[in-house]
Amino acid sequence: MIEAIQNALDTAMGEDERVVVFGEDVGYFGGVFRCTAGLQKKYGRTRCFDTPISELGIVGAAIGMAVYGLRPCVEIQFADYMYPAYDQIVSEAARIRYRSAGEFTCPIVIRMPTGGGIYGGQTHSQSPEALFTHVCGLKTVVPSTPADARGLLLAAIADPDPVIFLEPKRLYNGPFDGHHERAVTSWKKHELGEVPDDHHVVALGQAAIRRQGGELTVLAYGTMVHVALAAAEETGIDAEIIDLRTLIPLDTATIHASVAKTGRCVVVHEATLTSGFGAELAALVQQNCFYQLEAPVRRITGWDTPYPHAQEWDYFPGPARVGRAFREIMEA
Amino acid sequence: MDEETPLSLHVPEPEWRPGDIPDYSGIVIPKAGTVRRPEIDEDPRAMRDLAFTIIRVLNRKGEAVGPWAGLLSDEELASGLRHMMLLRAYDARMLLAQRQGKTSFYMQHLGEEAISCAFQRALKPGDMNFPTYRQAGLLIASGYPMFKMMCQIYSNEEDPVRGRQLPVMYSSREHGFFSISGNLATQYIQAVGWAMASAISHDRRIAVGWIGDGSTAENDFHAALVFASTYKAPVVLNIVNNQWAISTFQGIARGGSGTFAARGLGFGMPALRVDGNDYLAVHAVARWAAERARRNLGPTLIEYVTYRAGGHSTSDDPAAYRPKEESDAWPLGDPVLRLKAHLIARGVWSEERHKQFEAQIMDEVIAVQKKAEAIGTLHTGAHPSPRDMFEDVYAELPPHLVRQRQEAGY
Repeated sequence: MIEAIQNALDTAMGEDERVVVFGEDVGYFGGVFRCTAGLQKKYGRTRCFDTPISELGIVGAAIGMAVYGLRPCVEIQFADYMYPAYDQIVSEAARIRYRSAGEFTCPIVIRMPTGGGIYGGQTHSQSPEALFTHVCGLKTVVPSTPADARGLLLAAIADPDPVIFLEPKRLYNGPFDGHHERAVTSWKKHELGEVPDDHHVVALGQAAIRRQGGELTVLAYGTMVHVALAAAEETGIDAEIIDLRTLIPLDTATIHASVAKTGRCVVVHEATLTSGFGAELAALVQQNCFYQLEAPVRRITGWDTPYPHAQEWDYFPGPARVGRAFREIMEA
Repeated sequence: MDEETPLSLHVPEPEWRPGDIPDYSGIVIPKAGTVRRPEIDEDPRAMRDLAFTIIRVLNRKGEAVGPWAGLLSDEELASGLRHMMLLRAYDARMLLAQRQGKTSFYMQHLGEEAISCAFQRALKPGDMNFPTYRQAGLLIASGYPMFKMMCQIYSNEEDPVRGRQLPVMYSSREHGFFSISGNLATQYIQAVGWAMASAISHDRRIAVGWIGDGSTAENDFHAALVFASTYKAPVVLNIVNNQWAISTFQGIARGGSGTFAARGLGFGMPALRVDGNDYLAVHAVARWAAERARRNLGPTLIEYVTYRAGGHSTSDDPAAYRPKEESDAWPLGDPVLRLKAHLIARGVWSEERHKQFEAQIMDEVIAVQKKAEAIGTLHTGAHPSPRDMFEDVYAELPPHLVRQRQEAGY
């Protein structure tokens, strides 16, 4: 997935000289996760550069650049480091179009690695997507495959509005279905690992059905798509697994059509439960599919605790926990 | 150990509170014309003294003196006076309109008119200000129609920002005036980003960041200085020190730093302190800093020493926290009267002419006000449709907002 992201940035910078890339360690070194490797060498220091350690500064400067007419695509080293920039994101980026009645706009992309599974502890594992989906004016994207990472990132950079691009860091180097006890595999051998060579853009706001099924609808995104696929495989439950890909704008048509067909719905995310994006999904499903539902909508998520270090796999909603919930909802 | 004094917390207090008699005699104000004017490419390290003094041009007799004088013609000075008087008359009318219930809120510039009016004169078309809520002089001095400003105050049908923003939060790309946030300090780092973009694009345009003394305590201020300094961004960073952040005196934000300008020294940028009530001094320093930015010599930090003669906003009553006499005792005088005195000293103006001019300007403003009120005020006349409230959240109206707009009945 790292190569796919790097490739998308390379493509975007090659096609549009307004695209600039910056953040902590992203210049000469190419980013701590290597997503910007080679870009400074190829496009020069004024289009790809290192910044001071100031997330507020990175996002605030990006906003000014977007107002000028550039297309900044910035990196926050970990989503957990985003909070100093939150005011700039919420009060500024998200509202500049609105408050100026369209006179000024803010087409920026803020990339940030999200989620756990790498023994990152509570400051390198968080999934703050709900802090963005709650903010009108932002779009929030979470890819689950290299092809989507590339295609969605190209769409995000071309988008006229600010986009939060959350990259599940446990998927950077290969697919991960939650079986942490198994050997790490590379994307190269995975059926979803292929990245088209062409300028393949994945439009924002379109979910993907990763597994067709008739018994149960599973709503997931990012790493949890792979966990849900494993849980379906292991339980033998004929689940329809929907990869939301974009949380805002949300593909409600695909969700409602699936739940109307299956009558059951589970939401899976790694972020904490209370006021998480799952609450929004559950509310939408019950409101729109109430008479088709045969069981209450169920949420499987991280616990409402900070993300622990040593207890990572007790926190992470892995295939065993997700599979158990699948069975329970089928019996409900 | 027992004999050591226990710790105690230092909480700064202003020198005077209501009931006290303000006395500024202890404050050192350099004589006009005595502060040197460095070459714009001088090493910032060689001009650190300028952060601790006050650059002044107009002396007590109304004469323009010293190395910062001599940049403006009679016509330019007369138009500068007109801008400040227009702003003052506009403020008076809008303040009254708020008291009459025609709008919800207003913020005036009383005492600070010279800063935004004179600064704008140093800019070129295409340059971009990232202002706070007390720089409407930038709009007036750039010829922005006062009618539009008033329509914004009244949130009426002709309001350029469609009734979405609190009064005074103007926006004009054409006039180089970035949409005012209402959140403090956020625009400072954005100005630096805009300037960086101009440099990345090999453009010739420069950016200007504006902030108040109180808001320099926000993180955005420090981020702006770090980025501006690191990338030598073509930006002028202005601090308007009007002594008061609502009810909090400037010492709370300034802390142990001698002056606000001195904050720039650690970042290696030129830091100048200027008499904010002196139209000529403000303009001369603005031009110096703008020229530096345009010649790719990097950012400049400027502190304008001034006094907020009115309340913070229409929701504020300064009598509750500072002596009423403080404004009159303020040693740097009134910017309008000082420029008037200068024009008289130049022999191109008179008391009588000034009086006529004042009446004429007020008539002009009232005429525009009538026109704006004919469109509507906050609670009367024509307003943007509630349907419009759903526009511009995104470039395209997404399905969930289409549904919500239907639910709202539009």
